[in-house]
Amino acid sequence: MMEAQYRAPGSVDEAVALMAGAGGKGRVLAGGTDLLVQMRAGMVAPGLIVDVKRIAEMTAISQIAGAWRVGAAVTGAEIHDHAGLKKAWPGVVEAINLIGSKQVQGRASAGGNLCNASPAADSVPALVAAGAIATVQGPNGRREVPVEQIPAGPGKTSLKPGEIVVSFTLPARPAGSGDAYLRLIPRTEMDIAVVGCGVNLTMKDGTCTAARVALGAVAPTVLLVEGAAKALVGSKLDDKAIEAAAAACRAACKPIDDKRGTIVYRTKIAGVLLKRAVAIAAERARSN
Amino acid sequence: MSKTHVTTTINGEPTEYLCEASQSMLDVLRDELDLTGTKEGCGSGDCGACSIIVDDRLVCACLMLGAEAEGRRVLTIEGMSHGDKLHPLQQKFIEMAALQCGVCTPGMLIAAKALLDRNPNPSETEVRFGLAGNLCRCTGYDKIVRAVLDVAAEQRETTR
Ligand SMILES: Cc1cc2nc3c(=O)[nH]c(=O)nc-3n(C[C@H](O)[C@H](O)[C@H](O)COP(=O)(O)OP(=O)(O)OC[C@H]3O[C@@H](n4cnc5c(N)ncnc54)[C@H](O)[C@@H]3O)c2cc1C
Ligand code: FES
Ligand code: FES
Repeated sequence: MMEAQYRAPGSVDEAVALMAGAGGKGRVLAGGTDLLVQMRAGMVAPGLIVDVKRIAEMTAISQIAGAWRVGAAVTGAEIHDHAGLKKAWPGVVEAINLIGSKQVQGRASAGGNLCNASPAADSVPALVAAGAIATVQGPNGRREVPVEQIPAGPGKTSLKPGEIVVSFTLPARPAGSGDAYLRLIPRTEMDIAVVGCGVNLTMKDGTCTAARVALGAVAPTVLLVEGAAKALVGSKLDDKAIEAAAAACRAACKPIDDKRGTIVYRTKIAGVLLKRAVAIAAERARSN
Repeated sequence: MSKTHVTTTINGEPTEYLCEASQSMLDVLRDELDLTGTKEGCGSGDCGACSIIVDDRLVCACLMLGAEAEGRRVLTIEGMSHGDKLHPLQQKFIEMAALQCGVCTPGMLIAAKALLDRNPNPSETEVRFGLAGNLCRCTGYDKIVRAVLDVAAEQRETTR
């Protein structure tokens, strides 16, 4: 086996050029909390490791005309300490902060969480519910992609060879908006989601005017549940609307049976988490 | 084979070393620099025995490459005491018997330091969450949590 090379470029352009030069043997390194585990287990053996943590654009959080831009390699710990982002997108921040321990938070990024493409990745349903757009750069330049279009199956993404996720843009949204993410795990910390649910709502005079709902860990990729959003929009979030949204979530589930949860259990929990996440998001929307 | 040359600061000392691109920081500390206080439990981020602080952030040395330390500030358990004077957490762990076999202890101490550096007044729940990434198979955790809470209380006394 050829010994790997390590590079830490200072710009996205350089990183993309390095990836192109590595001819399929390159791997992006963000926090390494997935990649280094996989390298150690012999699952991947990159010829070139491209560390993106020295790239300013990929490690910065900024606000542009009400939208937030979060670098794909920003760590959970930095996001945790960012009061402005937490106030604007508490659900997204909570989802990222659920990843692993304090040690893992010191390194793990939303970009790595998305590109590792685990169906149970915690930040992904929250980003999808938020309507986050990924800025992606590759050999053919830049493009903007809705986050839900990136996962393609367990361990697979729709990114083209050599493409790097640069940042996420969380869109500006009207006053009266709120988001939430909840997951079910058998322990209180350090476990993988049995189900994850992200909800993002806008309320006006007691009526829901916009909604996005996403589920994790109940299908090969994150699910954007449009039926659930439809059930909520136009309602006062009364029991009937919320039950209809929960039913849409249950109907969307295509989970696996494993030691963490059976198909029946995961499907039921998807509806339960939807109801709880809607309650939290609605409360935040009212006080926002 | 070309190794990566790294210039960094470890426990306040300017340090240089050569490492393989895929060599973990944990292996660099233990095998290249003889800093064997940092322990390996799992090598996969689950146990926290390898906890170190890099630029004021708590991380697992097993999930970081040695090459990544270039220009950073690294703190390991070897840098926690001031010469022979133990850090208050170290002293308290001894007094309250918050260790048995000691394999988890360097990681526990570093994680506890990282916690108190950011939150001098943690609740018991915050201590338990703060140390959730550190496994101990001997103590049952309670003595560790009490020791950390005790140090926090004493430090608040002395800074008042
Ligand atoms: C102890 C432990 C607990 C964990 N707990 C959780 C948990 O509770 N929930 C959860 O969802 N995950 C969990 N994880 C998994 C992991 O921490 C997360 O998926 C994390 O977000 C990965 O981010 P990273 O920056 O470390 O990614 P890396 O390991 O650096 O990268 C992951 C993959 O994505 C690629 N990649 C990274 N960044 C980019 C980019 N910008 N563009 C293109 N490709 C990129 C890499 O090449 C690699 O293939 C846990 C891991 C450990 C070790
Ligand atoms: S050895 Fe690093 S977390 Fe266990
Ligand atoms: S004292 Fe033995 S593992 Fe903690």
